[in-house]
Amino acid sequence: MEGGLVSATLVRYAPGFGADERQLDARLSSDSIQAIQNANAEERNIVRFYFASICKTFRGDLGMSRSLNRPIRQLLQERTAVTAVVAGRGLVVAWSAAALVVFTTWFFRTPALGIPITLFSGTLLCLPAGVLALLAIILNQPGYVVIALIVYPKVHRYLSNLVEAARGMPHIVTARTKGTSESRVFFWHVIPVIKGEVLALAGVSIGLGISAAIPVEALCGIPGIGQLAWQSALGRDLPLLNSVSMLVIACVVLANSGADLLGDEQRQPA
Amino acid sequence: MKRMRVAAVTLACALVLISVAGSFIPRFNYSRQDREHVNCGPSCRHWLGTDDLGRDRFARLLHGSRISILLAPAAAAVSMLLAFGIGAIPGFAGGFAERAAKTAIDLVLSIPWLFLLLMVRATLPLNTSPAASVTITFLVLGLLGWAAPARILLARARCMRQAEFIILARSTGVAPLWLLCKHVMPNLRPVLLAQFWISVPIFILSEANLSILGLGVAEPLPSLGSLLRELETVLSLRADIWRFAPPVMLVLIVSSLQIAVSEREVPQ
Repeated sequence: MEGGLVSATLVRYAPGFGADERQLDARLSSDSIQAIQNANAEERNIVRFYFASICKTFRGDLGMSRSLNRPIRQLLQERTAVTAVVAGRGLVVAWSAAALVVFTTWFFRTPALGIPITLFSGTLLCLPAGVLALLAIILNQPGYVVIALIVYPKVHRYLSNLVEAARGMPHIVTARTKGTSESRVFFWHVIPVIKGEVLALAGVSIGLGISAAIPVEALCGIPGIGQLAWQSALGRDLPLLNSVSMLVIACVVLANSGADLLGDEQRQPA
Repeated sequence: MKRMRVAAVTLACALVLISVAGSFIPRFNYSRQDREHVNCGPSCRHWLGTDDLGRDRFARLLHGSRISILLAPAAAAVSMLLAFGIGAIPGFAGGFAERAAKTAIDLVLSIPWLFLLLMVRATLPLNTSPAASVTITFLVLGLLGWAAPARILLARARCMRQAEFIILARSTGVAPLWLLCKHVMPNLRPVLLAQFWISVPIFILSEANLSILGLGVAEPLPSLGSLLRELETVLSLRADIWRFAPPVMLVLIVSSLQIAVSEREVPQ
């Protein structure tokens, strides 16, 4: 709700809000122009504008997109699935790669393995999402690979920090000195300790995936929510941008809240 | 580790020096067109070739790096000022102010960073002069990038509120403003500095993302981000390898800054 208010406020106070290109149409009579101005005048009060937006949203009416000239609801329905698939695949690939790398480095702690992994992650962290998307186009790679490359270094860094912190815990040191196998230590002692934090990280990574979808979809030509956000930004289609932002904020908040709830359950003492 | 930091700081300083000093040399004019050599490869005259309009790529790279290198710290400074006002002061004051600040910070942090930038940038005029587009882009970065540092400053200021020397100062009747200026600010300076240096590479990358999407610095003014847009016309990695100079420059600048910051003793 607060996110919706923020986006509605931004939209309301944007320069040019309320200006309608139909007012420049010489074929319209002064009464028609006055009617358009009156329709826009109702949206001038921020509180009324916000509550009108909320009421319309609850009725399932998100309005019309000015730049694409189509109902916003229809646009969101079409494109949410596309983004969910692309971002979902990217997140799965990123998490699988990060988990595999962290698991491998748990067994083989050698600089020969650690240095290339750190260099790779570090380089990815230094490249903007847009450049990775353009490289994917040049190398003919699908969009979800770019989302994976954007999310991977962050997930890898946090996961490896968590595992390294767990490595020094007294019960894990004791288990290793008693000769427990490395895989048993990892799966039976390390994972239960870091489970709550990993769930929280999973929630955060959903936000990262959605955020990464904007440049990836815009540059790779994937017709998803990210591309829609970009098109609405370039076309200054503020009602569409308002709806897209509310959808994205709702997704991120839901993901984070879900991860927090699950993480709290995991952290509760038996 | 110390050697790595020294190397990173040296590299960062060298890049700053080259881009700032180089862009003042009249030979490297970023907007001059050489219509005899349009879209050509590297030569003695044009070290990195020319673009579609016959402009020298090396000159544009120098000017673009200078804009990003100089304005990202300026945006970070604006962010730190806001972070101090929104995070540290309410954190030190406590009560309702602290709760309100925490809510505001959580609210801003709940919106994905790039999405927030896109949203705010879209609500501002897009058809502006190049100088105005640079100002708007970096100002937006500065005005929106305060949330993460503010959260850290708030936590730090809250700890300080309960510190013994502050309680002692309060009990002796020191005014809150004096406490803030003479005791809190000097103690928060290392955290502020650390957050400042963390924000700089983030802002450089964010500007690059915005410019690639056409929402950043407007033509003909170059920035690291707007130069990256040229990659859209690259067909293969091998054919036009010199056109990858802007991303290489970006990686060098950002990585050297990140290494310099990460190797630094960041206060907990």
